Amino acid sequence: MYRSHVLVCGGTGCTSSGSKKIIDTLQAEIDKNGLTKEVGVVQTGCFGLCALGPIMIVYPEATFYSMVQVEDIAEIVSEHLLKGRPVARLVYDETVTEEGIKSLNDTDFYKKQKRIALRNCGVINPENIDEYIGTHGYEALGKVLTEYTPDQVIQTILDSGLRGRGGGGFPTGLKWKLAKGNDADQKYVCCNADEGDPGAFMDRSVLEGDPHVVLEAMAIAGYAIGATQGYIYVRAEYPIAIDRLKVAIEQAREYGLLGKDIFGSGFDFDIDLRLGAGAFVCGEETALMTSIEGNRGEPRPRPPFPAQKGLFGKPTILNNVETYANIPQIILNGAPWFAAMGTEKSKGTKVFALGGKIKNTGLVEIPMGTTLREVIEEIGGGIPNGKKFKAAQTGGPSGGCIPAEHFDIAIDYDNLIAIGSMMGSGGLIVMDEDNCMVDIAKFFLEFTVDESCGKCVPCRIGTKRMYEMLEKITKGQGTLEDLDKLEELCYYIKENALCGLGQTAPNPVLSTLRYFRDEYVAHVVDKKCPAGVCKDLLSYTVDPEKCVGCTMCAKVCPASAIDGKVKEKHVINQEKCVKCGACMTKCRFGAISKK
Amino acid sequence: MKTLEELKAIRERMQGQIGVRSESATQTRVVVGMATCGIASGARPVLTAFSDMVQTKNLANISVEQTGCIGLCQYEPIVEIMEPGKDKVTYVKMTPEKALEVFEQHLIRGQVVGKYTISSEMPK
Repeated sequence: MYRSHVLVCGGTGCTSSGSKKIIDTLQAEIDKNGLTKEVGVVQTGCFGLCALGPIMIVYPEATFYSMVQVEDIAEIVSEHLLKGRPVARLVYDETVTEEGIKSLNDTDFYKKQKRIALRNCGVINPENIDEYIGTHGYEALGKVLTEYTPDQVIQTILDSGLRGRGGGGFPTGLKWKLAKGNDADQKYVCCNADEGDPGAFMDRSVLEGDPHVVLEAMAIAGYAIGATQGYIYVRAEYPIAIDRLKVAIEQAREYGLLGKDIFGSGFDFDIDLRLGAGAFVCGEETALMTSIEGNRGEPRPRPPFPAQKGLFGKPTILNNVETYANIPQIILNGAPWFAAMGTEKSKGTKVFALGGKIKNTGLVEIPMGTTLREVIEEIGGGIPNGKKFKAAQTGGPSGGCIPAEHFDIAIDYDNLIAIGSMMGSGGLIVMDEDNCMVDIAKFFLEFTVDESCGKCVPCRIGTKRMYEMLEKITKGQGTLEDLDKLEELCYYIKENALCGLGQTAPNPVLSTLRYFRDEYVAHVVDKKCPAGVCKDLLSYTVDPEKCVGCTMCAKVCPASAIDGKVKEKHVINQEKCVKCGACMTKCRFGAISKK
Repeated sequence: MKTLEELKAIRERMQGQIGVRSESATQTRVVVGMATCGIASGARPVLTAFSDMVQTKNLANISVEQTGCIGLCQYEPIVEIMEPGKDKVTYVKMTPEKALEVFEQHLIRGQVVGKYTISSEMPK
């Protein structure tokens, strides 16, 4: 037994900032100091504060170290672990107060969060099934198999009000009920872990930090609908998640928590992994199932819905990782507990991946109904460098932008749709005054053009045409007529595309046209990019009043576009200028401006 | 594993160990002085004795922590027990055997072991 546990984040964020090496060094130092039997090192999943990685937390004191480097380890071991003196300079500064070190749960970042899906991330070792069991793991499965009928399970999920966390927000219990109602010799339970939105990594973190929760929930779903086989469809570019899932499945089989006759109830259930090659369209349910079947991942029309004819033509349910992560907690704490959180039509919590122009980049889980302002200003720590908030993008390439006027909106499924965005899987990208909204729309369209599978015409050709129009506008060659045509095409694609990818692809354009039409007009009429992003509409100029002729700008210009002698005013040759902005960054007199 | 009892057995064993990672304001803290003076006079076995007992008994409301030198080096190993809403109790010249006694009398039954506290050592 260890008297002290040192938890080191082994999520993707911290792994890429070097936590693997930190764990090795830490163990070596602990051994060297004779603490091997006293101090246990635990590699966990994501803590959420990815911006401050690598993260390390020492229990029982709960001292939170951030941005730990390999060179710091010897000091932490000899001072803190050996002598009980926390290394003050490495402690997360938000937890340091005049009265001493305060609890992490009292910091702005964690205080407003409510962690259900992420409850074990950053707490347990995901590769040790015993630790999961120690936090009430597999208790819900045991309860369901020994005390509940399948109908009772479904009723509990229905009563909880849980809706799909992958984007659409379809009631999970209803999905299960439909699948149960269809008789067949074989049914399937699938997990959609094909997280494809740029900037979203919540499902990845659940798989990396708490893989057993997904296995347990899938077994519960299997019992509820009468399925004996599950598939997790995860993208091959999530290597850590895949490794931990493999370990978890192996351990669960060894313990008899997957396989034949689970808990002596006569219920059989097993799970296999299927790796995807990372096509965005495979996050769409029918395309995902086609891909599991071994075919090219293309969607097909619905109906028939998966609950009627899904994988291999059998009734199938498909839920996303975060949805599953809520299930065991709902069973253990009861539907009323879950339904008491959130808003009228959106219950529980939602995980968001905060990114873009925000201080605390990372993962947060908040009760539904929290306002965008609370998420960005309080939990996220606001926008760096004193810049002004312009918009928040939710829902990735299928979603839209929320402008400053809706900063106080309570986040839930219906409110977001009402203002032209959507919950999506939970990416939340913050943009400030330096972001050009036309450029953002173009970025997402470029993504959908790339990822369109090509099966239906509105998506394959329509998104391409939209992209071309946006490109024309950002180059200053657009007309006001183009804006109308663009809008018309958006509605056409929305109505006619085959699957969710195409139907939602115009959303980034529609929502920016709705809230930031003035920026589009500025590009088209004034031939200016107000945020100073679109290169073709920019020019850098030297203010002769401020220029002292230090020659610095001319030296750094990679295109030799600046003329001028020492102590003479400099001039930028607009024909040669490549608009890299190097001169502006280097000028110490603020003499260069872009317009 | 075929029964819920087997699952429960693992859960209870692990809860004691994972309890080290819990955090709450209502916890009783057992703080062991672990500066050079403490370590030299044998604080380490005292610390591990407390830690093992707390985990074996699965007492999630007690945390066993270490601290630096509090300045009474001649009385080391020193153990302070802080219960919410009560005065701090300071035990001095501790050994693993005394630790067991303090654990059973003080932490389990709530009775301060007067013969090991600092007041018993101070000149009258």
